[in-house]
Amino acid sequence: MSYAMDALDQPASQIVAAVKSGRVSAAEICRSTLERIASRDGQVGAFLRTSQETAAAQAERVQRGVAMSASLGPLAGVPVAVKDVLCDSDGATTCSSRMLENYHPPYDSGVVERLKRAGAVLVGRTNMDEFAMGGSTENSAFQLTRNPWDHQRSPGGSSGGATACVAAGMVRLSVGTDTGGSIRQPAAFCGVVGLKPTYGRVSRYGLVAFASSLDQVGPIGKSVEDVALLLEVIAGHDPRDSTSLDVPAPRYVEGLDEPLQGLRIGVAAEHFAAGLDPEVESAVLAAIQTYEKLGATIVPITLPNSRYAVATYYVIAPCEASSNLARYDGIHYGHRADEGAVSRRQAAARGAGAKGDSNLVGLYRQSRSEAFGPEVKRRIMLGTYALSAGYYDAYYLKALKVRRLIRNDFDAAFAQVDLIAGPCTPAPAFKIGEHVSDPLAMYLVDLYTVSANLAGVPAMSLPCGFTQSGLPIGLQLTAPPLQEDRLLRAGRMYEAATDWHTRSPGGL
Amino acid sequence: MSISRRELEKVALLARLDLSEDELAVMTPQVASILDYIDQLNAVDTDGVEPMAHAVEVMDVLRPDRVVESLPRASALANAPRHNGEGFLAPAVLGE
Repeated sequence: MSYAMDALDQPASQIVAAVKSGRVSAAEICRSTLERIASRDGQVGAFLRTSQETAAAQAERVQRGVAMSASLGPLAGVPVAVKDVLCDSDGATTCSSRMLENYHPPYDSGVVERLKRAGAVLVGRTNMDEFAMGGSTENSAFQLTRNPWDHQRSPGGSSGGATACVAAGMVRLSVGTDTGGSIRQPAAFCGVVGLKPTYGRVSRYGLVAFASSLDQVGPIGKSVEDVALLLEVIAGHDPRDSTSLDVPAPRYVEGLDEPLQGLRIGVAAEHFAAGLDPEVESAVLAAIQTYEKLGATIVPITLPNSRYAVATYYVIAPCEASSNLARYDGIHYGHRADEGAVSRRQAAARGAGAKGDSNLVGLYRQSRSEAFGPEVKRRIMLGTYALSAGYYDAYYLKALKVRRLIRNDFDAAFAQVDLIAGPCTPAPAFKIGEHVSDPLAMYLVDLYTVSANLAGVPAMSLPCGFTQSGLPIGLQLTAPPLQEDRLLRAGRMYEAATDWHTRSPGGL
Repeated sequence: MSISRRELEKVALLARLDLSEDELAVMTPQVASILDYIDQLNAVDTDGVEPMAHAVEVMDVLRPDRVVESLPRASALANAPRHNGEGFLAPAVLGE
């Protein structure tokens, strides 16, 4: 095995060190990564596309920097995968939707810009649920992604490709987005680390919008250290996103190994109620015990409104989605139906005495109906209904009020504790196809993750064990706003005491 | 709150979607069961609770009123299904 191949299994910080010292070239790392993706991804389907040429050019640029002893970025030469929802002017951004199949962004998103500046080598674009709506990656219009631990099972979603490629050892770092758990749930299902930052911590400029008050970009990695390094690069103020927080982003890697003294961890009874898989429960309880052994105090807390989180989320997210996705009109960009066919149909309808749509409205309806998949249509319908005259107060306004109560629960809890620990998902990865015909059952998988989005607080999933049948289990840690460094340091304490994060699926 | 297929057809027009008979048949019970689930929010006492539209309740964000470069027209039009080099082309909306 070549040195470059070997380096791929090292922490991202080691790849940077090897590239900087000249022990291995960024070009070799890039080549080996693309070879590894070619040999492994046939079974997994994590990548929609690899970016051979632009990745090679980015690696070349890093290499020139090494040759000239120029100062190199914090991700110099590190291969990074990007979820196909963040605009990158070097190629297509599809959101796994027919609607954007041929869309080439005219600019880079804030996150992609930061990655390029940091010397990252963007090797490919990962599969997702269409427009990030879903929890299984089955809603992709283009391909299925399989869980590297069990190919019959889903990797989770919507960032299923982003977590599967890390689990399968194709890349060490990957960028995802999380609107209701879309980083943390697939991280739990795939046995990797995934962090949803505080709302506003990472720029949403150039992120294709799903639910703007909930969407947040975040890092995925094989270890807490990887995630800390990636977060350090992508976090920070961006004036082009008016919700971006104008506060300095700390150096997350610095002090990462320092254990937290006097840590108070809250455990909510609501997280261990009926419906929790017993194997998940015992792994999570064991993880909490590990913290106790490390000196943490375990404090019982209550989040009384968390039981309403899924209902609240499935009002607010579809409302925002129906409004955001109104932009896909077949006029400015995206799919457009055959105009001639639309106008002939409208004329025929009018001729038959039906009211019919104008040619413009007909074109909107036909273009959207041809290019959106079933889940996207369902959410647009739900949101449009909930926002329509006569229902706005009963649904949207009511949900916004319950959202406040959910946030208040967190504020009260964090007056007593530093972190909250619990399961990330009620059960391990489900089978592909298991929930396809029952959207509500799929939504209920989000039970433990949506609250953090509604409240805007940071949360992270990290591997904390396996089921008897070998499926990964995720521990979710939640912190007060802007306390990502606390999450990461606590995560590092756990990793230092356990070895779950070092395991990888076989058969690749 | 239950929802009828007729109501969904109306919503589809508002949403600028055109759902086939088959799609409506599948979606009607699905949307109804999701709305049933959402109805549990009615059990929550929210009297006097201020609605929370955003996780970070930032006020207006201001920037200096300066002319800066914007997206060149050619780039803005590059993804348009139909354009004439100056603007987007859409079906006529007047005189139909």
